[in-house]
Amino acid sequence: MSATFLGMPGNFPKNSQKAVQDSQLRYNLRKATHTIRGKRASVVGELPDWAELRAAGKAIKDHTLRNLDRYLVQLERAVQDAGGTVHWARDAAEANRIVTALVKATGEREVVKVKSMATQEIELNQALAAEGITAYETDLAELIVQLGDDFPSHILVPAIHRNRSEIREIFLEKMPKTPEGLTDDPPALAEAARLHLRERFLRSKVAISGANFMVAETGTLVVLESEGNGRMCLTLPETLISVVGIEKLLPAWRDLEVFLQLLPRSSTGERMNPYTSMWTGAVEGQDFHLVLLDNGRTGVLADEVGRQALRCIRCSACLNVCPVYERAGGHAYGSVYPGPIGAILTPQLRGMGSELDASLPYASSLCGACYDVCPVAIDIPEVLVDLRAKAPHAAAEKAGMKVAGWILDDHRRLAAAQRIAAKVRGLVPKKRLPGPMSAWTDTRDVPEIPEESFRDWWERNERA
Amino acid sequence: MSAREEILARIARAVAGAEDVEIPRDYRTEAATGDLVGLFAERVDDYRAVVHVLPAAEAAGLVAERVAGRRMIVPDGFDLAGHESWPDLHTADGVVTGCAVAVAVTGTIVLDHGPGQGTRAQTLVPDYHLCVVRAGQIVSSVPEAIARLDPSRPLTWISGPSATSDIELSRVEGVHGPRTLEVVIST
Repeated sequence: MSATFLGMPGNFPKNSQKAVQDSQLRYNLRKATHTIRGKRASVVGELPDWAELRAAGKAIKDHTLRNLDRYLVQLERAVQDAGGTVHWARDAAEANRIVTALVKATGEREVVKVKSMATQEIELNQALAAEGITAYETDLAELIVQLGDDFPSHILVPAIHRNRSEIREIFLEKMPKTPEGLTDDPPALAEAARLHLRERFLRSKVAISGANFMVAETGTLVVLESEGNGRMCLTLPETLISVVGIEKLLPAWRDLEVFLQLLPRSSTGERMNPYTSMWTGAVEGQDFHLVLLDNGRTGVLADEVGRQALRCIRCSACLNVCPVYERAGGHAYGSVYPGPIGAILTPQLRGMGSELDASLPYASSLCGACYDVCPVAIDIPEVLVDLRAKAPHAAAEKAGMKVAGWILDDHRRLAAAQRIAAKVRGLVPKKRLPGPMSAWTDTRDVPEIPEESFRDWWERNERA
Repeated sequence: MSAREEILARIARAVAGAEDVEIPRDYRTEAATGDLVGLFAERVDDYRAVVHVLPAAEAAGLVAERVAGRRMIVPDGFDLAGHESWPDLHTADGVVTGCAVAVAVTGTIVLDHGPGQGTRAQTLVPDYHLCVVRAGQIVSSVPEAIARLDPSRPLTWISGPSATSDIELSRVEGVHGPRTLEVVIST
């Protein structure tokens, strides 16, 4: 990918306004989100103890976060004891430096990658490219995104905004040696990707992955996937480098029994994903490196309301039920974490310094559907509201709110204000308010001001 | 300060004074009783794998039949008389293995790559995987499987053949792993 999300101009309202006018995108998104949503509901319905699993998942994550320092040290020891090397990275730059140095030490100029949000977050591919190392994405959707010089738009199915004919065009244009007469049939496209990647898998000496879970007690890393590209990367190369956010930890081996039930059912709507790989340290002769990534996570942890976002297991169930995501799509969020979880995670990880990040807490109707489906019960609406209060506001808005607060604080002031409003009602524009207030009327009509307030009407008619 | 020390210090500061959390474990550890073989077979079939349920003697016969005439990898420890293991991973037609445990409710086979199960690459690169599951290896639930497994071993959980849904969510089998998974349940 050549472009970058960080510092993307604009804000969520502007980005989404553009997106909703793209009827192809809206059609793709609606079809995708409704399909996965239905599948998820049906497999979750199969488990009579879903509520208990969800409560356990939430509590395990909260307990881990409370004791994160202790468990990370335990994990480090277990990985080292099993022959792995552990590295710590305070931020994206440090993580990229560590990975780049590890790749260079092998003498290789190419790496294969398993789909990983952590490495997207730190923009590892760009950092490697700057050092002359080419990173090849191997997940089919990530490959489509990479070849199309595009951005992922969904956590689970990153190329969901593309349809089959667009994918065929991308393959024909960007993939060397596409099969002759390539059609837009999904099996034909998947076969083309298989041929394209197979040689690369067999050739590559270094792989980079993330992980869905790390177990402190045993030092085990866990990757869930469907295609087998993950297994190819994790198994075949001589060196494996895993970059994992510090919040991906679970205390005990036993805890996997909860998350291996919660994650596949919540994300792809399957009872189990086709492949799960687990490895502890250096196995089958591989050289194994684990890079533990902070990059803003400890800052999120320090926020009493916002820290619950760190429970997230990246299942994407919240995206698939969100009425805002369904219409605006993932790109509007300008982050590798789109949808409701992105709206609370991104502004916490990056801060609300940019216009885009400050707008994200508003990328929601607060309907609460995301909270209902979240397998670890993250109260996304609660965090959104909390972040809205913390977001920077324009001086005019702050002044207006202060005045409104002062008026609403006292019933006599309110009654006086209503009487004044009734007197000047003829002067108030019907559709657009002037100046800074125009922001409010961009998406609403001005409500009609009554001739007389209810209070005055009551005084006149009923009091006597 | 090293990155390690700094991150640990940031965490300690961030959670200072926060209360610890009790973990409720009142979810089920057993998911079903009764016909686990039948349930497992049904769930594996759901993933578009090929499934057979056979008495042990017939199962061995079926495996011998499937392997005959094919360039099959037969890992050390897999009991299959009279068949030479194909020596090259990349030109093999397929692989035949046992497993460590199987989960009925999810239709999942778990390999711990011990005797008779080959390496992780051997069950991945060839296009065809024939897996023999003994009825006694089938447990009902994910928690039972976790309890039986040794985390110090590499583990591969397999639920059906390789599949992708990345193109318009239309499911396609066999992107990178074996395109065909055939499961013989020996009773």
